[in-house]
Amino acid sequence: MLSAIGASSLEDLFSHLPDEVRLNRPLNIAPGQSEYEIVDYFRARGEENANGYASFLGAGVYNHYRPVLVDTVVSRGEFLTSYTPYQAEISQGTLTTIFEFQTMICQLTGMEVANASMYDGSTAVPEAAMMAMRVTGRDRIVAARTLHPEYREVLRTYAQHQGMPVVECGYDPASGALDLDDLEKNIDGETAAVIIQSPNFFGIVEDVRPAAQIAHRHGALLIFVFAEAVSLGILEPPRDADIVAGELQSFAISPGYGGPFAGIIATKEKFMRQLPGRIVGETKDTRGNRAFCLTLATREQHIRREKATSNICTNQALIALMATVFMTVYGKQGLRELAEQNLAKAHYLAGKLPLRFSAPFFNEFVASANGRTPERLNELLLEKKIIGGLPLKRFYPELGNAMLICATEMSRREKLDAVAEVFAQ
Amino acid sequence: MYPENFRYTKEHEWVQTADGVGTVGITDHAQKELGDIVYVDLPKMGARVERGTSFGSVESVKAVSDIYAPVSGEVIGINEILSNKPETLNEDPHGAGWLVKIKLSDPGEIQQLLSAEDYQKYVGAEESGH
Amino acid sequence: MIKKVRQHINQNEPLLFERSSPGKRGYQLPALDVPAVDAAKVLGRHNTRSEIEDFPEVSEVEAIRHFTRLSTHNYAIDLGLYPLGSCTMKYNPRVNEQVARIDGLAWAHPYQPETLSQGILEVLATLERMLAEITGMDAVTLQPAAGAHGEFTGILMIRALLESRGNPRKRLLIPDSAHGTNPATATMAGYSVENIKSNDCGMVDLEALAREVDENVAALMITNPNTLGVFEEKITRIAGILHAKGALVYMDGANMNALVGIARPGDFGVDVMHLNLHKTFSTPHGGGGPGSGPVACRAVLAPFLPTPRLARNDGRWAWNYDLPQSVGRVRAFYGNVGMHIRALAYILAHGGDGLRNATRDAVLNANYIRKLLEPYYDLPHKAPTMHECVFSDDRQAKRGVRTGDIAKRLIDYGFHPYTVSFPLIVRGAMMIEPTETEGKSELDLFIDALISIAKEIDDTPDLVLKAPHNTRTSRVDEVAAARKPIVRWKPEPKAGETVHPTPESDLAVNRAGNGR
Repeated sequence: MLSAIGASSLEDLFSHLPDEVRLNRPLNIAPGQSEYEIVDYFRARGEENANGYASFLGAGVYNHYRPVLVDTVVSRGEFLTSYTPYQAEISQGTLTTIFEFQTMICQLTGMEVANASMYDGSTAVPEAAMMAMRVTGRDRIVAARTLHPEYREVLRTYAQHQGMPVVECGYDPASGALDLDDLEKNIDGETAAVIIQSPNFFGIVEDVRPAAQIAHRHGALLIFVFAEAVSLGILEPPRDADIVAGELQSFAISPGYGGPFAGIIATKEKFMRQLPGRIVGETKDTRGNRAFCLTLATREQHIRREKATSNICTNQALIALMATVFMTVYGKQGLRELAEQNLAKAHYLAGKLPLRFSAPFFNEFVASANGRTPERLNELLLEKKIIGGLPLKRFYPELGNAMLICATEMSRREKLDAVAEVFAQ
Repeated sequence: MYPENFRYTKEHEWVQTADGVGTVGITDHAQKELGDIVYVDLPKMGARVERGTSFGSVESVKAVSDIYAPVSGEVIGINEILSNKPETLNEDPHGAGWLVKIKLSDPGEIQQLLSAEDYQKYVGAEESGH
Repeated sequence: MIKKVRQHINQNEPLLFERSSPGKRGYQLPALDVPAVDAAKVLGRHNTRSEIEDFPEVSEVEAIRHFTRLSTHNYAIDLGLYPLGSCTMKYNPRVNEQVARIDGLAWAHPYQPETLSQGILEVLATLERMLAEITGMDAVTLQPAAGAHGEFTGILMIRALLESRGNPRKRLLIPDSAHGTNPATATMAGYSVENIKSNDCGMVDLEALAREVDENVAALMITNPNTLGVFEEKITRIAGILHAKGALVYMDGANMNALVGIARPGDFGVDVMHLNLHKTFSTPHGGGGPGSGPVACRAVLAPFLPTPRLARNDGRWAWNYDLPQSVGRVRAFYGNVGMHIRALAYILAHGGDGLRNATRDAVLNANYIRKLLEPYYDLPHKAPTMHECVFSDDRQAKRGVRTGDIAKRLIDYGFHPYTVSFPLIVRGAMMIEPTETEGKSELDLFIDALISIAKEIDDTPDLVLKAPHNTRTSRVDEVAAARKPIVRWKPEPKAGETVHPTPESDLAVNRAGNGR
């Protein structure tokens, strides 16, 4: 090959680079290892992490069983190693599954159109806020304090440079739900959107309708956020919302120490052209067969450049496919039953613990530490190889001795009983 | 090819005036360059537009073009057909594919635009420059 | 003569909703070991949904057949070359998939005790160290989810540094050859964009640059090698011009596959950059993502990195949230950790010398393609090629055939097209990046295909204009898709509504078996 090019050595190919840019030593990285050594290295790292613990952590990342079919499907090379489906003729596999995904997200959330995924729930929130700004022409955002604390942090990072002031509205200290009076106080004629999460960070199920009414009365949009997708198996979808942003990690995506996950944005048809990210549409090919293709690309960065709806390019296609397979395996009845089991497990445990809030909850709730500290309770639980809930002081100092506990279909009764026991001691 | 009673801009818009109202569209040259038009983004009724600034855009599958107002004034008419049949812009850019009607705030601006003959020359020069 | 592919029958498959039938199941949950609760009672009737309307119900075998059949309608790296420029479609090592699924790593919860997370923290710290070494930078964050996200992070950091010096400034300079994410990112970070024209060699015009750089310019966003696959030979002078006026240099690291082990951006004047783990570091594209876009920077920018950062405390790894100057979070938790595991596995497998060899092979492959195709396609920029080359369709355009058509005909030859019509500074661009993965035989087939197509354009241009002919899906009507977007399936309508019937060709089952 070198002779075909007319070069005498590989080094010739780089001789045009100025000397001052060349790295003239080897990289300070150990020599290449065999497959066996690599597997060994990561196994050892895996062993240095928690193994075989029961966990009651939720807080935006949930332990749900991953059906075997999920990895079977995403391990197929045609899905795993394929590129973004810009060439529709040879990407119908990917395009069709995305079309199905978009449809199922609409069915779950009660919205009319959905995109093909965002990076995650936390970044879907500011993208939804920017969308609301474009639609309303206004710039203020009111975000519930019960929106996941890290989602709010991300919102602020994005908001700083968009000229998008963010104010927070509080929660009722007795119920744990959104304080509607506080919302009314904080909203005005410059508000582009109100952002609420349900179930909220405390696990409380919010009443969406009154919040939507307040927002709409002031000409603002309602952005509904979900972090626990399984809840949509049983909770009434937010039909009064204008935009839904959420996290699909619960749908067969390993907690993976925080990523990769998959977010979505869904909305009403009239706002479709303001959606960020890729969208797949149905069409026909020249022979008249149904086919799918990426569409409405003029919203995106590669065409609009500085006027794009977002800078997003790569999304989370493979992760969205995991969610699609999950939704397919469980189906209409299965998602319902799965949600019912989550409800049952959490309520069984909650029935034995001192609850902090009174409003209805799904599979997460806030329990008081009962005279001790959450940290102490967690220490005792670790001795039983149980990872306890999340102490809330870190995000909500006013809830000093409370912890957020999550139980899912994977929480076995004996572990639920063990947690109750430690609390009762 | 280009109607004599229209005036034109170098950004390929045309305007036809009558009784202080200008009907605005894009030229045949523009629609050819864009290819199949899929969407037209127009201002709302009552919006104020300024000569030379963008008031909307025209989209094909792979490109977006801003539309620049050839005259200043208030938008008093929008071509509703275009939301359902954007292809009208390709089929009849100088007629049924009109975009907006503007109540002129400064009729004198018309004088600064190109005549049909000048526009034809300009477009001919542009085309051969490719 | 098409040598790489031959026709084969390929299964049809309808949509899930068209297969669905009430009562079919693909799952089984264990029996509940705690008392069931009445959802309506516990949640409130108005909060409880009656059903998920029109959600599919299929059996397990239908599910596996559905996705398997659909997968066979895709092209993939596992099937052959993807010559996409700036995408670096290299082999996705399967061992990476294995190690990412190790239980202790895959099931780690981001809020679990740090004492029980030392394994994954060690992985992240090691990757940070290696990426710093590869880029010649002082500090790294793994938080951004993709390249565009990394760009956003890097620009925010630049803004924060300049703000700390008294003036965030107003403009970013971006070459007209840049990827679309660059200007889109600038806008998101609150900067306006000034385009810098490329000179005749396709590189940044130094005089134009020097004229543009003033105290209102925050930074230059540069890709090096640029999107023509050409190294910006004056990069140290370019950096000097920016630094002299107190501005910074951001590098889009999409083309790092030309530099690993050869040159380090930190050594040639770059202040901050992002990497694309799904390009240079082999993590799989998966039909469009996930990616990961770590950001590497010089020490002066380190205080502004996103929160939190990994730190060593008492011989253990811990997250440090005490970062008063940080730009904040760009996403929840710590980043696409699953992709970090895969990228580290890739680096460990190659080792220092292996990484450099990969770079050399990538550049060799691109030069080989360039040399053998030069007689047939116009090469507008003659500067030395690194890992990708860009041809123009000028010669073929005279016969009425454009780069998009040639790309479609390439599909008939068994390849995925190259990058069409980008960068914008080349008319009718054909952007080709083979990566180091491809051996001579696959490259020769690719070159032969393009040469054959060039001949077809002379003799029978219609064959190319109407391509592809041999795929199960022919050219799709993108215009109709954009004019009347149908972005979800809808059930059969009630009386009076118009219907789009399910194409007969897509139904592989007896319609009577469907619930619709």
